[in-house]
This record gives sequence, structure tokens and C-alpha cells, in this order.
Amino acid sequence: MRPLTEEETKTLFEKLSKYIGENIKLLVDRPDGTYCFRLHKDRVYYMSEKILKLATHFSRDKLVSVGTCFGKFTKTSKFRLHITALDFLAPYAKYKVWVKPGAEQSFLYGNHVLKSGLGRITENTAQYQGVVVYSMADVPLGFGVAAKTTQECRRVDPMSIVVFHQADVGEFIRNEDTLT
Amino acid sequence: MAACSVEELLAKAEQEEAEKLKSITVLKELELDFDIGNLLACDKNRIESRDFREQKKEDFLRSLARDNTQLLINEIWKQPTERVEEAIVAKLPEPTIPLPREKPPPKPRPPTRWEQFAKLKGIQKKKKTNLVWDETAKEWRRRWGYKRANDNTKDWMAEVPETADPNEDQFAKRIKAKKERVAKNEFNRLKNIARAQKVKVPGVGLTPKTKQSKDELGRAVSVAKTSTASMGRFQDSLPKEKRAKNTGKKRKFEPLIGDFSNERQKQLELLKVMDSKKPKLDITKAVNKQMREDDREEAAARHKKGKKGRQGNMSGKPRGKGGKGKGGRPAGGRPGGGKKKGKPGKH
Repeated sequence: MRPLTEEETKTLFEKLSKYIGENIKLLVDRPDGTYCFRLHKDRVYYMSEKILKLATHFSRDKLVSVGTCFGKFTKTSKFRLHITALDFLAPYAKYKVWVKPGAEQSFLYGNHVLKSGLGRITENTAQYQGVVVYSMADVPLGFGVAAKTTQECRRVDPMSIVVFHQADVGEFIRNEDTLT
Repeated sequence: MAACSVEELLAKAEQEEAEKLKSITVLKELELDFDIGNLLACDKNRIESRDFREQKKEDFLRSLARDNTQLLINEIWKQPTERVEEAIVAKLPEPTIPLPREKPPPKPRPPTRWEQFAKLKGIQKKKKTNLVWDETAKEWRRRWGYKRANDNTKDWMAEVPETADPNEDQFAKRIKAKKERVAKNEFNRLKNIARAQKVKVPGVGLTPKTKQSKDELGRAVSVAKTSTASMGRFQDSLPKEKRAKNTGKKRKFEPLIGDFSNERQKQLELLKVMDSKKPKLDITKAVNKQMREDDREEAAARHKKGKKGRQGNMSGKPRGKGGKGKGGRPAGGRPGGGKKKGKPGKH
């Protein structure tokens, strides 16, 4: 486990800012204690200082997970968000998409959101903007990337993709063995 | 009284004399073994443990050491002496006891690449005679080096091969080839040394080659970058340039539990920089906004049109009439009327 280098921090923040914009500041500078990002086995974990200090008692190879896993760095040093980060993305999300109850299951099975399943969408969403996907009951289901702008969404036919799937809470079951 | 005193004095003087004499003659049961060359004396006599206990230990040891040293010095003065600048020195013989060396013997030099290869192939060195007969000079000369026999570099004329470029300088070519052979040999020598000491050979990536591979090119770039007067400290790297491998630089990370407030400060600073780099005018966003406004206007227009259209339908006349009416509407303050219509529906 080690702190992120400047470059890694930048990559991480650039990715996070696609979903929560300048709200990253609220993750970095929290009034309820010191929280930090740490890298362990190419994965980025977000944890409080207290948990970090407890985790130091474990050797590197025995430590499976600590705090909340935000995602991992790929071998080409890009950052990929995991569904476990949803707890921190959902409250701060700037752009949201609500899916209709009928399309919820399809999304939770890892499919893209089609126009027919689109319930609501935040105004002004740009194309390829990171969005958090909610059910109509405002339960965060996952996140993805807007395939169309809000404007275009109104015009496209019902079978076209409006949100590309990136991660959904169904992964907690589907990828149970690899998620940490 | 006086005579007595004289006798006493004499006796005292005699005793003192004897003491003095005794001081340089030491009696031992067994003779000491001497190795004068090493200034070494070995006392094989038994030490009386009773003496050791009865006398004071320190005194006993001191007197024993003094006696043995006396014997050693007596032995030294038996050697031939000479006078060197007011000082009498004794000439010591060769040491008889060989002392072991301090350091382990040096390891044999590890074989060079060629020696390894020769051993593998069973190639043995053949001794050539040092002198050979020089036909032109009509004398025996050395086989190699300065003033060697049959020296082809001293030729005043060189043949141009049929396949060679006629404008090529054959002499320069030969000199260049020789220099390259020397350089290659030197490089191999360094490689052998490096291999023997198990260190990386510096600058391997820059051996001239007809076709460089991708890795070699990368290494050449990194070498070229550090080959400035400031050792490449001020060299900018390209946006997606990879870090050069095997530069001997180790990665260095912040401590796991360090200064948290400093870390937070750095991250906030980074966020600030990232924020400031965002363009103030997001073009796609602006276009979207424009599109949305257009949409709204269009929708509003359609809404009005639709209302008019209904009226038109009622009257059973084509839309052209509605269009005419539309022109008059804004003046009539219709929007307000529309709102009124909408509200009751909502409630």
C-alpha cells in the first residue's frame, strides 16, 4: 500500500471529475475526519486515516481490501472505476439518468440503457458525459456514459442506446469473486 | 666506624652492581624460542600457579613480561650491529616462522567471452614466433606493432577492388576499418570487465547497427536526452512518452503514513489546477444550449400554431388563415390567455 503519485492522482481525479465534477473536493477535504486515497495491488482505495493505520498491521500479500475500492489502474496506467465507488459517486453526481422500472433489470444485467428505458435525464447533459444511473425510486443502480445529449435523446428512436453501461450493482453478484 | 662504613658502602656498591648485572641476565629453566626476524620470543616454561596467586597478579605478569623482553633484547644484540647516524642498529635475520597472509588470496580472473568460447570448442593457443622475416627489408622483424614485418599500412599504393566505388579512398577506408576494430575490441574488453564484476554494461544501446529495433531506438533516445551539458535535467518529455527503462533511477513514493494535511493540500492544489485548465466556454454545451432554446421556440410556435390550427379546423378553413391570425396574436397579448387555459388543467 502506498500513496498515489502525482500522475496517478491526476488520472484518478480526471476520471472522477467526469461523474462528480468539482465535488471531488468534498471527498478530499472532509469535515468528519482525514480521508485519503491509497494504492494497493494497482487498486485505489479510499479510507479514513484510522482504518489506514489499522491496515498497516497486515502484510501486503495478506491484505485483500481496505476501505472502499474506487477502481483500478490498468496496465496502460488508465484508471477504471469499479461499482464499489458508487457509494461515493451517487450523492455527488452532477448528471443523472433515471431508468424506467421495466428497463431496470436489463441495466442490472449489464446492458446499455435504451431510449425506451429512459425515464428522466438531467438537462444539459453533454455527449460522453459520465452519468449515474438511478431507478425511478431514486436508488442508484450504477453509472455509465451518456451516448447522446439530452437534446438528441428526445429525437432518437426508442431502440437506440442513450447511456453506455459501465458498471451496475448487479456486478456485486456477477463479479463477486473479483470485486474488492 | 669509618672503616666499617667504608666496608658497608663497598658491600652495598657490590650488591647494587650485582643487581644491575642480574637485571640483564634472566634465568629460565627452558631456553626461549626466538624468531628474531619477527621480533618474536616464545616462553615454554611452566607458570607456577602458586606464584601467580601469591604475588600480585599485575606485578607477576609485569615481571614475567619484563624478563622475557630482556631475553629478546639480549638476543637482538647478539646480531651484528652497525652505527647509523649516532644510533646503533642491529641487523635482523630473515624471519623463520612464516606468517599467514591477512587477506584471502585473490580469485583467478574470470574467463573472457572468447576464453569461454575457446574452452567450449577446444581451441588452444598456438605460440607464434615473435620475429618473422621481412622480404622487402631483408631482415628479421617483429610480427606486430611498430616497425613490424610486412607492414601493409606502409603501402604507397592500394588496389581499388572491381566492385568498389572508384571515388572511394581506399586508404581512408582501411584506417576507418582499423579504428572500428580497435573500438570494438575496447568495447568487448569493457564488456568482459563488466561481466566479471556483474554490473550492467553502460551504453550498450548505442552500438552502431544496420537496423535498430524499437527497444534500441528507445534506449538511444534516452541516452541522447541525457547527453546534454546539464545531463538532461532541462529536457522536456513528450506528452505520452514512456519513462526510459534501466536508467538506474528508482521509483520513490511518499511514506504510507506521512503528512496527511500536506497530502490533502497537494490534492486540492491539483484540483484547482485541473479546474483552471477547463475551458470557460464549453462549445458542445453552448451548442446544446442553443439547440435547446431553438427547440423551445419551435415548440412554443407549434403550440400556438396548434391552437390556431384547432380554431382553423373548427372553422374548416386551411391553415393559411391561421397564419394570418398568428401575425395579429402577439399584439393581442395571447400568451397570457394561454397560461390561463393551462392552469386550470394542472389543478
